[in-house]
Amino acid sequence: MSLYSFGLEPLSCHAWNKDRTQIAVSPNNNVVNIYEKKGKDWVKIHELTEHSGRITGIDWAPESNRIVTCASDRNAYVWTMKDGLWKPTLVLVRINRAATCVKWSPLENKFALGSGARLISVCYFEKENDWWLSKHIKKPIRSTILSLDWHPNNILLAAGSADLHCRVFSAYIKDIEDKPGPTAWGAKMPFGEVLLEQKDCGGWVHSVSFSPSGDQLACVTHSSSVIVVDAAQSKQVTQLTTEHLPMLSVLHVSPTELMAAGHDSCPYQFTYKGPGTLKFVKKLDIPKQTSKGSMSAMQHFRNLDKRATEDDSNELDTLHQNSITQLCVVSGEKTKVEKFSSVGLDGAMVIWEFKH
Amino acid sequence: MSKNTVSDRFRKVDVDEYDENKFVDEEDGGENQGGPDEAEVDGLLRQYPSATGGPEGLGARERPGGERAELLVVKVLSSFKSSDIEKAVGSLDKAGVDLLMKYIYRGFEKPSDNSSAVLLQWHEKALAVGGVGSIVRVLTARKTV
Repeated sequence: MSLYSFGLEPLSCHAWNKDRTQIAVSPNNNVVNIYEKKGKDWVKIHELTEHSGRITGIDWAPESNRIVTCASDRNAYVWTMKDGLWKPTLVLVRINRAATCVKWSPLENKFALGSGARLISVCYFEKENDWWLSKHIKKPIRSTILSLDWHPNNILLAAGSADLHCRVFSAYIKDIEDKPGPTAWGAKMPFGEVLLEQKDCGGWVHSVSFSPSGDQLACVTHSSSVIVVDAAQSKQVTQLTTEHLPMLSVLHVSPTELMAAGHDSCPYQFTYKGPGTLKFVKKLDIPKQTSKGSMSAMQHFRNLDKRATEDDSNELDTLHQNSITQLCVVSGEKTKVEKFSSVGLDGAMVIWEFKH
Repeated sequence: MSKNTVSDRFRKVDVDEYDENKFVDEEDGGENQGGPDEAEVDGLLRQYPSATGGPEGLGARERPGGERAELLVVKVLSSFKSSDIEKAVGSLDKAGVDLLMKYIYRGFEKPSDNSSAVLLQWHEKALAVGGVGSIVRVLTARKTV
C-alpha cells in the first residue's frame, strides 16, 4: 500500500497510461495534469488546458495512447501525442448539459460519454471527414447518467443513472464494426437496444462494473447497497444492503471478488459466487498505529471538556482522509487484478495490493 | 387588434404540463394501504406486556401508511422494557432493522411526552446493528412510512 499526495485539492478523476509510469489527474478544476514517476515521486510533465469547465472524466486508452477528457462545459476532447505534446481534438457530442463520465471501449475504436442531458453519447472517428461523430442513446433514460462501463465484447454498455435505474444498452455502430454474436444478455443488439433495465435500485447508481467475462454486472447505489445482476443465471438480481456509508466506485478484481469504496474512505471487498451469495468479506485498510504519546492529566480533562472525547487526533484512522471518488486497475489481468489505485477528495492517490 | 388581446385565458395554462422532457415519477401507490388494526395490537400488548413481537409483526404485514400507524408504533416501542430493547432489535432481520429506523425517525419528527427518550434508546440499539447504512436508507428511501 503506498500513498502519494497530489496536493490539497480533491482529485475528481484519474487515468493511467499503458505501462503505469504516467498518471493523468484533475485537481477539481478545468485542467488535467499528467505526472510521471521519477523514483518515489511523481513529477508533472504536461498540463492539458483546453476545457473551460470542471473536468468530470478522464480515460486513457492503453494501446492507441489517446486520452479522452470530458467536463462540465458540455465538451469532450480526444488528446493525441504529437512531437512530445498532447494535441486536443474537439468531439461533437451535441449535449446541452454537463458531461459526467467517459470511457474508452475495450478495442478503443469508440468511447461512451454520460451526461446530465439524460443521454449517452457514443462517439467514433469517421475517417472521410477526419472528425469524431456521435450517436445518442436517449430512451428510456430519465435523469443524469452517473457511471458507464463497457462489456468485454465492445458492444454492450452498462449505465448507472440518477433515475435510480441501472441499464445495459447496445452501443453497436454498424459503420465501424461487425455484427456481434449473441451473449448472455441477449441476441438482438441494434444500437440503443435496452438489454437490461434494473428498476429502482434504492438510490442513485454511482458506479457499475462488468465482471471479467461480462456475464455479471455489479452496481453500487446511494442507499449503501451493492447489487449484482447475473446474466448467466437468467438475469437474477442479488442485493446486499451494507452498514457503511454509500460507495462511489466499484471494480471487479476477479470473476468472484468485488472491490468497492466511497464515503467511508476505505475499500471494502465483497464476494459473489452465484445468485443469493453476495457477501461482505473485509475492509482493506490497516488502521494506523496511533502513537499515544504521554498525555498529561490536564490535557486529558481539557479534551473531555472541549470535545467530549479523550482522543487528541483529528484524523480518520484510514489511509484516505476523505471520501474515495474513483478506483482503477493498475496491474494484473482483469481476471486477476494485483494492484488497484484509488483517488479521493483528500487529494491523495493510494495504490492497493490485492492477494487472491 | 384589441380583440386579440382581450382574453387572458392563456395566463391560466400550465406550460410545464406540456413539456415533453418533464420528469414523471413512477411511484406505485403503495402508500395508502390500511394500517394495522389498532384494537388487535392493543389486545396483543395487554396479553404480552414484554412481547418482542411488536416491530416484527408490523414488518411482516404490508407496509402500513398514515399517522395512525406512526402513533401506534411509538406506543408499541414505548411499552418495551429498556432491557428488552436489545433483544428485540437482535431478533429482526436486515429489512426489519431498516423499517424500524424509518419509524424511529418518523417518531422523532413528532415528539410527545417521553417519546424522544425512548426512541433514542431504540435508535442506539438499532444503530449498533444496522450501522450508518440503515440511516442512509431512511434518507434515500422513496417509500416513506
